[in-house]
Amino acid sequence: MLSLRGVSKTYSVGAFGGGRLNAVLDVSFDVHPGEVLSLIGESGSGKTTIGRMILRLTPLSAGTISYDGIDLATLHRHRLKEYYRHVQGVFQDPFSSYNPIFKADRIFSMVRSEFFGDVDGRTWAAKLDRALEAVSLNPDDVLGKFPHQLSGGQLQRLLVARALLLDIRYLVADEIISMLDASTRIDVLNLLADLKQRGLGIVFITHDLSLGNYISDTTVILRHGAIVEMGATVKVFGDPRHPYTQALLASVPQLHTRWGAEEAAHATNGSPQRLVEAAELVPVDDDHLVAAQ
Amino acid sequence: MALTVESLRVYYRTLAGDVKALDDVGFRLADGEIMGLAGESGCGKSTLGKSLIRLDGRMRYIGGRIELDGEELPIWDDEAMNPFRYRHVSLIPQYAMSALNPTRKIGRMIRELLRSRGVDFEAIRPELERRLDLVGLSTDVLDRYPIELSGGMKQRTVMVISTLLDPSLLIADEITSALDVSTQRAVATTLAGFRDRGFVKSMIVITHDLSVLYQIADTILVMYAGKLAEKASADDIVSAPRHPYTRLLISSLPEVGVRYEEHRLSGIAGRPPSLLDPPQGCRFRDRCPLASARCAKEPPFIEVAEGHSVACWEAGVEAASTPKPRERVEAV
Repeated sequence: MLSLRGVSKTYSVGAFGGGRLNAVLDVSFDVHPGEVLSLIGESGSGKTTIGRMILRLTPLSAGTISYDGIDLATLHRHRLKEYYRHVQGVFQDPFSSYNPIFKADRIFSMVRSEFFGDVDGRTWAAKLDRALEAVSLNPDDVLGKFPHQLSGGQLQRLLVARALLLDIRYLVADEIISMLDASTRIDVLNLLADLKQRGLGIVFITHDLSLGNYISDTTVILRHGAIVEMGATVKVFGDPRHPYTQALLASVPQLHTRWGAEEAAHATNGSPQRLVEAAELVPVDDDHLVAAQ
Repeated sequence: MALTVESLRVYYRTLAGDVKALDDVGFRLADGEIMGLAGESGCGKSTLGKSLIRLDGRMRYIGGRIELDGEELPIWDDEAMNPFRYRHVSLIPQYAMSALNPTRKIGRMIRELLRSRGVDFEAIRPELERRLDLVGLSTDVLDRYPIELSGGMKQRTVMVISTLLDPSLLIADEITSALDVSTQRAVATTLAGFRDRGFVKSMIVITHDLSVLYQIADTILVMYAGKLAEKASADDIVSAPRHPYTRLLISSLPEVGVRYEEHRLSGIAGRPPSLLDPPQGCRFRDRCPLASARCAKEPPFIEVAEGHSVACWEAGVEAASTPKPRERVEAV
């Protein structure tokens, strides 16, 4: 289990670093195996920072993240590498995740030299085939090609395959389909759903509420770094209690339904007021918490 | 008819040959119409938008005719297009957030822009302030640098600047894509409001996001691989699409309330053909579940019902293009 307890991230801002900016404020949640948890928020809500902290790419200012009871901050060298065997990330822009000079499958040989130095060629090839099959790619289509010869969807699936080569238990998927075309993005989304069925825990980071709703079991709505509402996806989307969640849902453009006549919320006008203290989360239902207002 | 485009061809010059980004494109835009232009990346939608105002260095005009309010637009001649730009055709660029000069205060930038078009800034200032107020910006923005504004504010500022001289045609290229949902809604509704208030006569809104188009557009034109696939009212495109590509595209969009456990959506297998050497016949043939032998012949883009044009043999193009036989055998 991946669990976050009171996680905060504070940046120094301003000319002499005198100002404080709370990018993430007192965030706690758990991700279980076989669960998809969506972190949904607008830009600046801290969703990507949380993903980076789970991957240990950004240090925490306060709180703890633990994996199966072990605090991530205590992991070093060998044990950190072990952690990365189990927890991996895939990011937004598939085109910048690859080095354009090298062939795309270099990402696999790098995993091999880093983690599987003692595995012989045939076993490795079989392993690679299994990983590619899991992301429904045909090896002939993608191996030996340069990144520019592949589509965004293929590149993104290769990155998921790369993560699958390691025995991952958790995947941090940060806006992995927002750069893809509508006709291919749903396939990558379905791929995540299949992986979940095989027991993978997924932290799905997105700004798109309809995508979060489609795939996740649990939804966490973030605003200015703090959680405003969290719980089972059906409850958060079906019965949103916090005015912010309600406003977000009302703004989502939908097919078949036009926006209501009410004035759109100019919520992000000017520089938004940052919260200094996170509001306490109050349970309103089974598995449904809302920030006190 | 505000805008008429006839068999427009624009190619990109590359070392490997010509990329046929717009291949025989023709449509009409009525006065006061907001037309959404949708399609996957590389389908030519941005090329079409750019062609109407300025061809960049790599783009080559091959043929076709564009008429705006009865006057032909000389898009092949960069100089001759100048009198039309901004006054008659205006554009909100794809990266409106970075379209503002970072070294100028916004007011000064607008003054310089207007002077280059021979318009007096002071004379237009009251109108400018009125419009800024209308989109929810205070007139202070004129004394600010672009860096001091948030993304949504910059976007709205650019929208006001682009439409200041009441152009006949406004092209908005992916202007809501980089915005958060609540800002996106505000920007999109403001844009539609510009047409209602008569700041622009008609509008082409380019985006890959059909659900945003459905909110503001009157008609939607779907492009595929440099060709037009379907044009119809927004309601028809979303609820009763006829082209198989549009159908698959609409059915692949997740909506709030749709969950994969209950309703698993699927994408469209394959990818669009290369436009360097596009295949003969229908370009969607390889990915199309309805493809048959006749698709080897290119389907024309033809009106199959009132205000509903499609380029697909399966969608009744044949019946519309050949005169119907008087009596059909009823009982088969």
